[in-house]
Amino acid sequence: MIKIDNLTKIFDTPNGPVTAADHIQMEVPEGEICVLLGPSGCGKTTTLKMINRIIPPTSGKVFINGQDTTGLNTVDLRRNIGYVIQQIGLFPNMTIEENIAIVPKLLGWDAARYQARAKELLEMVALDPSVFLKRFPKELSGGQQQRVGVARALAADPPVMLMDEPFGAIDPINREVIQDEFLKMQQELKKTIMFVSHDIDEAVKMANRIAIFRDGKLVQYDTPDDLLAHPKNKFVEDFVGDDRALKRLRLVTVEQVMEKPVSVTPNETLEQALKRMEDHGYTHAITMVNDQQQPIGYVSKGVAQTTKGYCGEHYFGLKGLATVGDDLRKIASLMFTHDTTWMPCVDAQGRLVGQINQRGITHYLGATYHRDGDQALSQNLKLA
Amino acid sequence: MGKPAIKRYLYIIGLILMFLIGAELQQDGFIDEMLSYQEDVIYLAWQHIELVALSGSIAILIAIPLGILLSRPRLAHIAETAMQGLNIGTTVPTLAILALSMSLLGIGTLPAVFGLCIASLLPIVRNTYTGLREVPAHLKEAASGIGMTANQMLLKVELPNALFVIFAGIRIALAVNVGTAPLAFLIGGGGLGELIFTGIDLDEPYMMLAGAIPTALMAILVDILIAALALLIVPKGVNPLRS
Repeated sequence: MIKIDNLTKIFDTPNGPVTAADHIQMEVPEGEICVLLGPSGCGKTTTLKMINRIIPPTSGKVFINGQDTTGLNTVDLRRNIGYVIQQIGLFPNMTIEENIAIVPKLLGWDAARYQARAKELLEMVALDPSVFLKRFPKELSGGQQQRVGVARALAADPPVMLMDEPFGAIDPINREVIQDEFLKMQQELKKTIMFVSHDIDEAVKMANRIAIFRDGKLVQYDTPDDLLAHPKNKFVEDFVGDDRALKRLRLVTVEQVMEKPVSVTPNETLEQALKRMEDHGYTHAITMVNDQQQPIGYVSKGVAQTTKGYCGEHYFGLKGLATVGDDLRKIASLMFTHDTTWMPCVDAQGRLVGQINQRGITHYLGATYHRDGDQALSQNLKLA
Repeated sequence: MGKPAIKRYLYIIGLILMFLIGAELQQDGFIDEMLSYQEDVIYLAWQHIELVALSGSIAILIAIPLGILLSRPRLAHIAETAMQGLNIGTTVPTLAILALSMSLLGIGTLPAVFGLCIASLLPIVRNTYTGLREVPAHLKEAASGIGMTANQMLLKVELPNALFVIFAGIRIALAVNVGTAPLAFLIGGGGLGELIFTGIDLDEPYMMLAGAIPTALMAILVDILIAALALLIVPKGVNPLRS
């Protein structure tokens, strides 16, 4: 857990004092990623760097896991905080192994232990140790270097990590890949992370909570969904963008929006199919499944109304399938691609478990949405 | 005809030319004349090497710590002024430095070593200072961010990354040193300058060359030696010679 209490930084410049961070007050719960977001010069980086005292605070306190860090020795403090910067900062004179092992070495680990750790971490960030351990940073691509940068920050297993635009200098394709890998790692590691970004899409993807900064002040601190659904003022609204409703699509999975499945089997008659559609108020079609409950096609209402026979003889091929874990952005895209307004949803084994339609998505976006239990917490944070 | 073939032909032509020059010189009696100074050359060359080695190592021992000191943040406010002072120092001709050190310390080896040492100080201080200053800020931020103390940062990050530039400074300083050392003769420091200046005074070109050629060879050898050291000592990841 990171708690920031009234943290303030005033820089003395030739043009008079400038307040870079103004009484910042926030708390990142254990195991969560908090993204500090805002335009350049808004104080987000200053706030981050005051936590490990790269920038000494003018006033205010930082608590890590409940402990006031004010009295701690700077070197000890930093060795217990993982630090990743945009320029990566791997030491070019050291091999990848030496770079990763540097903090463990400073902490006095024995050689066997830090070597094993370096190997383990390289595997964790998806780089082959037998290839990369003995290489030098300049022999790696930017994306590979930043993976090592993350591995180095994790080396001594610090409870807290600070990341200053860590993926900012990586090309968009590799950035997506690294972000995904990082999120996967975080699911296991459960570090408490503060992460500076200026990219709202990155923030929505990575964050459990987003803190929006402007002119040295914390403007809004909320879950991504709340932030997108309820921007506090015009500035936040502009910053998250006109398409903020669409950005929320990314935060929701099919599972959360899908309706109960209703289907027919090939052996049922079209009459039965029509009746079932009318019972459930379907205006267009109904999914047809096989014996294993796997969707194999759909029966259209038009056909069912005008034709006699069995479903198995009068069905159409499926236009797209949703998987329960997909986010709604992907589903919306699939719907546009296939020009359809609904889609059957399947689980990992391909069995029908529900269906999703545009009305449901629109309804969801219109509704004020809170994840279970989050509401009370975010209320508290707003008061804090 | 490919590039390697041209190279080989040039090489062969070069060898033939060298052979012809050698034969011509031999016929002129040049080589015999030179060899007549053999004993003097060997004795004076040793003296020369002593002068260079002594003044060079003292210069390195003073200059590197001085450069490190000036690059530290707490001396940042005086560092530029100090560097300017040293820069002005180099514009003073070496001969003048030798003359000044003679008037302070008399004649002999001591004032010669002192003068040469002062003359080779600056390139090393300057390169140490610039090399350390030019270590990218983000490396230093990363180093302090992961909890290195100032000394650990200097030893593990700053110096290894500045080492190539520091070596370049040492190389320049020693090359200058070898070339300037003949002047030491003028204040009684000995060395190959004795043959060169006496040769000039007596209008004996062979005597002069017997001093000048070994001096030139020595300068080249020292340069190669320092380059080889740089190749070995500068860490592989930051060594442009080993990429």
